[in-house]
Amino acid sequence: MSTIFLIAILLLGFVITFQIAKASEYVGILKGEKKNLEQNNRINGFLMIVFLVLGLIGVYWCNELFRGRILGEAASDHGKKIDTMLYITIAITGVVFFITQILLFWFSFKYQYSEKRKGYYFPHNNKLELIWTVVPAIALTVLVGFGLMYWFQITGEAPKNAMEVEVTGKQFNWIFRYPGKDNIFGKKYYKNISDKDNNTLGLLWDDEHAHDDIVVQNTMYLIVGQPVKFIINSRDVIHDVGMVAFRMKMDAVPGTPTTIWFTPLYTTAEMKKKTGDPDFEYEISCDQMCGKGHFSMRGEIQVVTPEEFILWRARQQSNYALVMKDKMPAAPAPAADSAAKARMNSTPKLVAEVK
Amino acid sequence: MSNELAIHGQGETMVSHDAHHEHDLHHHKQSFITKYVFSQDHKTICKQFLITGIIWAMIGGLMSVIFRLQLGYPDSTFPWLEDILGKWAKGGKLTPEAYYALVTMHGTILVFFVLTGGLSGTFANFLIPLQIGARDMASPFLNMLSYWFFWLGSVVLLSSLFIETGPASGGWTIYPPLSALGDANLGSQAGMDFWIVGMALFVISSLLGGLNYITTILNMRTKGMSMTRLPLTIWALLFTAILGVLSFPVLLSGLILLMFDRHFGTSFFLSDIFITATQTALPNEGGSPILFQHLFWFLGHPEVYIIILPAMGLVSEVMAINARKPIFGYMAMVGSLFAITILAFLVWAHHMFVTGLNPFLGSVFVLLTLLIAVPSAIKVFNWLTTLWRGNLRFTPGMLFAIGFVSIFISGGLTGIFIGNSTLDIHLHDTYFMIAHFHLVMGVAAFFGMFCGVYHWFPKMFGRYMNNTMAYIHFWVTLAGAYLIFWPMHYEGLAGMPRRYMDYSGWSSFNKFAGLNQFITDVALIVFAVQLMFVFNFFYSIFKGRKVTTKNPWGANTLEWTTPIRPGHGNWVGEIPEVYRWAYDYGKDGKDFIPQTEPLGADEQHH
Repeated sequence: MSTIFLIAILLLGFVITFQIAKASEYVGILKGEKKNLEQNNRINGFLMIVFLVLGLIGVYWCNELFRGRILGEAASDHGKKIDTMLYITIAITGVVFFITQILLFWFSFKYQYSEKRKGYYFPHNNKLELIWTVVPAIALTVLVGFGLMYWFQITGEAPKNAMEVEVTGKQFNWIFRYPGKDNIFGKKYYKNISDKDNNTLGLLWDDEHAHDDIVVQNTMYLIVGQPVKFIINSRDVIHDVGMVAFRMKMDAVPGTPTTIWFTPLYTTAEMKKKTGDPDFEYEISCDQMCGKGHFSMRGEIQVVTPEEFILWRARQQSNYALVMKDKMPAAPAPAADSAAKARMNSTPKLVAEVK
Repeated sequence: MSNELAIHGQGETMVSHDAHHEHDLHHHKQSFITKYVFSQDHKTICKQFLITGIIWAMIGGLMSVIFRLQLGYPDSTFPWLEDILGKWAKGGKLTPEAYYALVTMHGTILVFFVLTGGLSGTFANFLIPLQIGARDMASPFLNMLSYWFFWLGSVVLLSSLFIETGPASGGWTIYPPLSALGDANLGSQAGMDFWIVGMALFVISSLLGGLNYITTILNMRTKGMSMTRLPLTIWALLFTAILGVLSFPVLLSGLILLMFDRHFGTSFFLSDIFITATQTALPNEGGSPILFQHLFWFLGHPEVYIIILPAMGLVSEVMAINARKPIFGYMAMVGSLFAITILAFLVWAHHMFVTGLNPFLGSVFVLLTLLIAVPSAIKVFNWLTTLWRGNLRFTPGMLFAIGFVSIFISGGLTGIFIGNSTLDIHLHDTYFMIAHFHLVMGVAAFFGMFCGVYHWFPKMFGRYMNNTMAYIHFWVTLAGAYLIFWPMHYEGLAGMPRRYMDYSGWSSFNKFAGLNQFITDVALIVFAVQLMFVFNFFYSIFKGRKVTTKNPWGANTLEWTTPIRPGHGNWVGEIPEVYRWAYDYGKDGKDFIPQTEPLGADEQHH
């Protein structure tokens, strides 16, 4: 019912607008074309300056409104660089934006039609044109310079002590793999993948390095202050590992592994305090269209202290152990449990090992 | 037919036309079919492109309204949606498949079928022969085919909306593997085949048109019309056509390979794929999905210039006429168009900074990408100087030209952000990107198109559009465009990803619910005003105020020397000769000096 009302109101509004428009056209003809043009011109010229003023106020107001909601503190070293680059770019483009927009609408207002004025015949001026070729070129050189400096720092080699985590996207969640104690990822082959048999990455059990690989879904654990390198894969279509708080992003491409590295600077708990938001989480969003569940392909990163990380890792069983447990119930499970307990008792040593 | 007619047939077409002659008095037989349907007259083909474009724009716009409703009101249901969409909106709520289909088709329709076919097709067809002084295109027959391939492509794409599994839904960029695997995505079943076939037909249309435009401009200019006397519209359309001819075939090749991957078991783009839904590993190994992205963006990036260059040309022309002074820096304008055309081919990989592209290669593309800002800046400053000390008449066309510059600045500057790979890491595929390209190539190109339609409507139909409605149209659209897209930059800075149908599950992005609702509300109003424009357009064709003088805007270019309603062949009698450039406004105390007026004895040559 309300829809019908809405349509009726819209139609009515339209008919009224149309009638006014027609009427003013007739009035215009009666008044004479010239007078009509002058009147319309004055109205539109005035609106130009109104639009400029309201627009500038709107920009200011919009900034105030969203201040604090847009860029929280970047939580990685790369993120800080990206934010700096962002502010440099905002400063330079901001100046250009205000100058050109103000000139545009101010000229439109100031030089609106007047019977007294004639258009000034000014077809070209080499000096002016040279100025606005060279000045933008210099400004852009600055931006390219800063941009590439940061770009090479961010995309350069990961530090030697970086922890490696393999991230695999699939429709529609994330799988994470840690290399385990031997620090070597075991071999895998996609035709071995079997969700039913709990081998979500297609690990090859013939390879001993695969036996201690830890595979978890949806939530990843990282150590605060320690560089981490992601080796990114996809199981099906292209996904993208997007991490807003770290300002990082990299596509997950089937068949072609990609990498990024960064250093998380604050634990999740610290970020909850920093942002004043008890619900804060480091989220992984899929940033490349991947199908109907794209918008819900959410992963989480828990950034924790080294001690907490050791505890967490000790509680994980390797993918191999889990698969074997499924196949031969009872036998290896207690062993794994006790092994975990044993490891938890020697936490300090393991912290050193991880670092 | 009409080439011979153009050359030999003066006696036939050149019957005088004036305002009172509603019907062209062609002596040769012109049935309804040859005059209005399979017409070879460039002016009729222009109108066919324009009207088809308008219909497409309404469909594409309506799609955006529907998915904006989902974004603005994610918890509400709209029972009427089920009435029009059926199973795609059970209970009045869009399914994810429907949402993504709408997003994909909105992009495809507006980028290709409205802003390429509708914009270039309309104005290249209309203005090239009229402004260079030719009776028609070099090949009117190919020109006709160009429209009908466009039409056929349109029909194929439109029919994909009605098939069981729905239209393509992998985004307008149709990246494989998603677009190649029907099991991974419902829209990648039959819908994707329709998309590919429709686009292939579109590419053919674009090539036929483009080759024709280039040939016509280079070979069929009237006596005295040297290249440097061409209006900027023609220069822009020439570069547009060159871009299209060189880049569309690359897209087509990519689409053909994709078709092979889809149906004939090849592995150009596919490798190491395990489909979760069916729990099967595909046999394809060794392909690279990134290869497709290179092929796609080798067209895709020039494509955005294919969209914006004609708008720049139209705006330059209309602005000079209504400022009553010459366009500032004509040669710089041509030079910057040329620079943009060259650079357009050298920047495609800036769409791929985060695909794992080699960082060094990325840095080369950063440099080349930011270079484009230089010719763009030149153009903006030249437009500003054209306004400076002018005597501005705010006709609807002029308003949209000024609006174009404003929107182009706003959207262009954000290009400097995302063209810089460092910032692209954070901003890639967020709403910042959405805001950027909607402003700079969406709204700006539409402003160019509106500018052209309002300005040349009297030449097309011998009547004016209603001014009051045009003014309302302009101000609401300009304000609306900023209200919709300006806040999106903030969402993008917060990292809000594009192509999400619901943000409520995300603690990083769910803080913008109120803003999303606001944007949707404004979008509804702006869409309604566009419908008013469409009404104004069609109403004015039949009932608008009649044009009574040949040259209502006091313009210099040749189209205004034709009869008010030109017949096929454009000029009665001889084609006029050209003696000067198109921008002698306000020279030597004269308001304007048409191109057909010989140079005075003591007059300085420009």
